[in-house]
Amino acid sequence: MRDTLTGSRIRERRQIVGMRQAELARKAGISASYLNLIEHNRRRIGGKLLVDIADVLAVEPSVLTQGIEATLIAALREAAVDAVGQKAEVDGLEEFAGRFPGWAGVLAQMHRRVVSLERTVETLSDRLTHDPHLAASMHEVLSTAAAIRSTAAILAEGQEIETEWQDRFHRNLHQDAERLADSSKALVTYLDESDSSADPRGVPLEEVEAFFGTRGHHFPEIEAGGNVEGVALDGMETAAGRSLARTFLHAYAADAQAMPLDALRTALEASDEPEPMALAARFSVDYATVLRRLAALPEGVLPRPVGLAICDGSGSILFFKSTPGFTLPRHGETCPFWPVFQALNRPLVPIRKRIVQLGRTAAEFDCYAYAWPHITAGAEFEPSYRSIMMVQRVDESAQSVVPTAEVGQSCRVCPSSDCASRREPSILSEGF
Amino acid sequence: MSRKVLLIEDEPNIAEAIRFLLTREGWQVETHGDGADALQVIRGANPDLIILDVMLPGKSGMDILRDLREMDETQTLPVLMLTARGQSRDREMAEDAGVSRFMTKPFSNAEVLTAVRDLHAQASRL
Repeated sequence: MRDTLTGSRIRERRQIVGMRQAELARKAGISASYLNLIEHNRRRIGGKLLVDIADVLAVEPSVLTQGIEATLIAALREAAVDAVGQKAEVDGLEEFAGRFPGWAGVLAQMHRRVVSLERTVETLSDRLTHDPHLAASMHEVLSTAAAIRSTAAILAEGQEIETEWQDRFHRNLHQDAERLADSSKALVTYLDESDSSADPRGVPLEEVEAFFGTRGHHFPEIEAGGNVEGVALDGMETAAGRSLARTFLHAYAADAQAMPLDALRTALEASDEPEPMALAARFSVDYATVLRRLAALPEGVLPRPVGLAICDGSGSILFFKSTPGFTLPRHGETCPFWPVFQALNRPLVPIRKRIVQLGRTAAEFDCYAYAWPHITAGAEFEPSYRSIMMVQRVDESAQSVVPTAEVGQSCRVCPSSDCASRREPSILSEGF
Repeated sequence: MSRKVLLIEDEPNIAEAIRFLLTREGWQVETHGDGADALQVIRGANPDLIILDVMLPGKSGMDILRDLREMDETQTLPVLMLTARGQSRDREMAEDAGVSRFMTKPFSNAEVLTAVRDLHAQASRL
């Protein structure tokens, strides 16, 4: 079909340059009636005649013969489908592209740009929704700007204002200007750091987890008594991420001091599986320290790989160490049946539970969870709780020996049909 | 009789500027900066109009608005909502919750004054 449009393109091009049919025919050395047949696609054209006509029309022969690229047609078709409130004549699409290749290209290009911009908006919107640091920073900047704008407008409008109010507004302006400078600088730094990262890993906590992951969650230099400051934070791009990593490493160092590696190895040799309660008693540490420490052992010390999750009182995940099959949503809406959340209802009571994680790869885990007051500012203040959970995947041969509780990831992708705690319908109508 | 506006805003400098503007317009202005006890404050103040921030400590302005619309005495009370969150879904959420007027920060003083005058005039006609 595309070849049959060569005549149409010749006619179109001739009309664009304002040349009469007879003149083009004469210059190309053919009769006007023959050119008429060609222009109405009733005679095929090629070879020397095509080159001559293209020469007269001052275009490359390929412009006249080349079919419209499939990608252009596809882009136009997509643009037609995406158009809101405007029905495009899809049947005449190839003819349109053939007659007006320039406009067709512009339309396709604009559509591609719209699609690209929409994706950017979605990404930023999602990030604004799920990145608490960014959302809080934006709120801070806009609120301060609102205060400055409103106050400055009062002072600038020229009406008489009592001296006391004037002084107060000048003081407020100064405060807000300082605040805006600080918050906008922090925001720009944050965005710059996020953009410059070759491997954008989202929020700083994810960057920290990626860093710990590359180190296998084990730091021999700290085990040997070295300083946290001596640990090279390779791959950590953001200041927030580096700061958080140092915080976690300081906790690691304290745990390593309380439960030295060699002594821990010796203690673990006494049983096939780690017994956190016994270890806590042996090393005179709390249950949370034992769970953190077990998750920081080098590979091979424990018979089964260990995963770890730490959350605060709101259920926000603060730290996550993955192990095959163990997943928790990063941004909330997690299944409340995970022991790490249940422990928050029973602070200081160690929980041991076998669970099965529902989903495409139903996996069983032995879970050890414990919640403790992380910060207690004083008797008159409510303590801030944190909860920790260590998980070990259960080998298939050992599965279902003990009763298991079912947990999902989030309601939206959970196949459980009779869960009393369901927050929203599942998108999985028939389960897995 | 003096018209009363209750301004629930946790940014003290924004609250101060709006208080100045509305006082000059003849409004009696009360301010409050916490969402947790905002409903009690509203009941006690019995205002003609509320200016309500969305992101408040203790309880969000959106939840306060929903509670207001549940109560007979505040079902039609004019509420001007101020927020730094100006996305369309925030606006839709506020409209669903029964907001009278939605305004994004940073706003101009003229916009606030016009909105307050309009809302009060509409309420007076009811």
